[in-house]
Amino acid sequence: MSTDGQGSSHWFDDEAGPVVRPYAMTRGRTTSAGQHRLDLIAVVVAEPHADDAEEDPSLSPEHVDIAVLCRDAPQSVAELAAELNLPIGVVRVLVGDLVDAQFVHVNRPVPPAELPDESILRDVINGLRAL
Amino acid sequence: MIFGRSERGKPPVEPVTLKILVAGGFGVGKTTLVGAVSEIKPLRTEEYLTEAGRPVDDTTGVEGKHTTTVAMDFGRITLREDLVLYLFGTPGQERFWFMWDELSEGALGAVVLADTRRLEDCFAAVDYFERRSIPFLIAVNCFEGSARYPEEDVRGALDLDDDVPVILCDARDRRSVRDVLVGVVQHAMDYGAERRETVTT
Repeated sequence: MSTDGQGSSHWFDDEAGPVVRPYAMTRGRTTSAGQHRLDLIAVVVAEPHADDAEEDPSLSPEHVDIAVLCRDAPQSVAELAAELNLPIGVVRVLVGDLVDAQFVHVNRPVPPAELPDESILRDVINGLRAL
Repeated sequence: MIFGRSERGKPPVEPVTLKILVAGGFGVGKTTLVGAVSEIKPLRTEEYLTEAGRPVDDTTGVEGKHTTTVAMDFGRITLREDLVLYLFGTPGQERFWFMWDELSEGALGAVVLADTRRLEDCFAAVDYFERRSIPFLIAVNCFEGSARYPEEDVRGALDLDDDVPVILCDARDRRSVRDVLVGVVQHAMDYGAERRETVTT
């Protein structure tokens, strides 16, 4: 994350948190247009040309960080937020931008109100038992 | 892939992700439980209370005030390359319940971690999952030095439905936690089967 010009003699301390308000990174947006709220465990997957994100002048460094992380391996929204130390709401907006720019796509988890398939649950139990 | 959603992406395996919630009172051992089975050190995500849909008169006159954040700890278990289970500890304080709604959406089930010395701390969680028909079980964390109560006493004290499992566990112990999780998924399966029957017939 940013160090946002933190010099030495400031009136604030670490307790104050990041000096740049987090939604400055999203240019004030708290949702991204036409997007459902991304679940915390929705998986963000890089498209083959995600590398190009680094050269895209319309993207912020945080966008690029997300694209780079996802290129290494698909990442859940929660993991991206933890890894980049950004609030979940901010990550959602940034991921929405990357989806619009077709650098990533998102795999949604099992839709709410629908329980996962029984065979998946059985796989989960077997997987847990093998731990 | 189980969902067959291969779209454009080719090589990366796109895992199916599932989540289980871990609820319970403050200091009952939620993060310990998550850490006992997670393959990663429990990670922390934060959400600002000034989230979308939550009009807040944030800064006027209170410039010195920090934005309040809700922290959630979570862990991950990769069961298979294409199957990943996340465990989310729910924020303890009741004022953060709006986060619960988001967390519980699509959750497979929940563990309510209980301490017999402070059973009342988990009333709220039991109530919450009951009302939303989210399959859950009670895992009694057996702290050293706390008296062990028979399962029936816990069940009675929490006024649980008969089908809600009560398991004694040690939140620090990987095997014990694993058994708790198996119990949750098993319960979710039974619960789902039951529900499917009532819906279809």
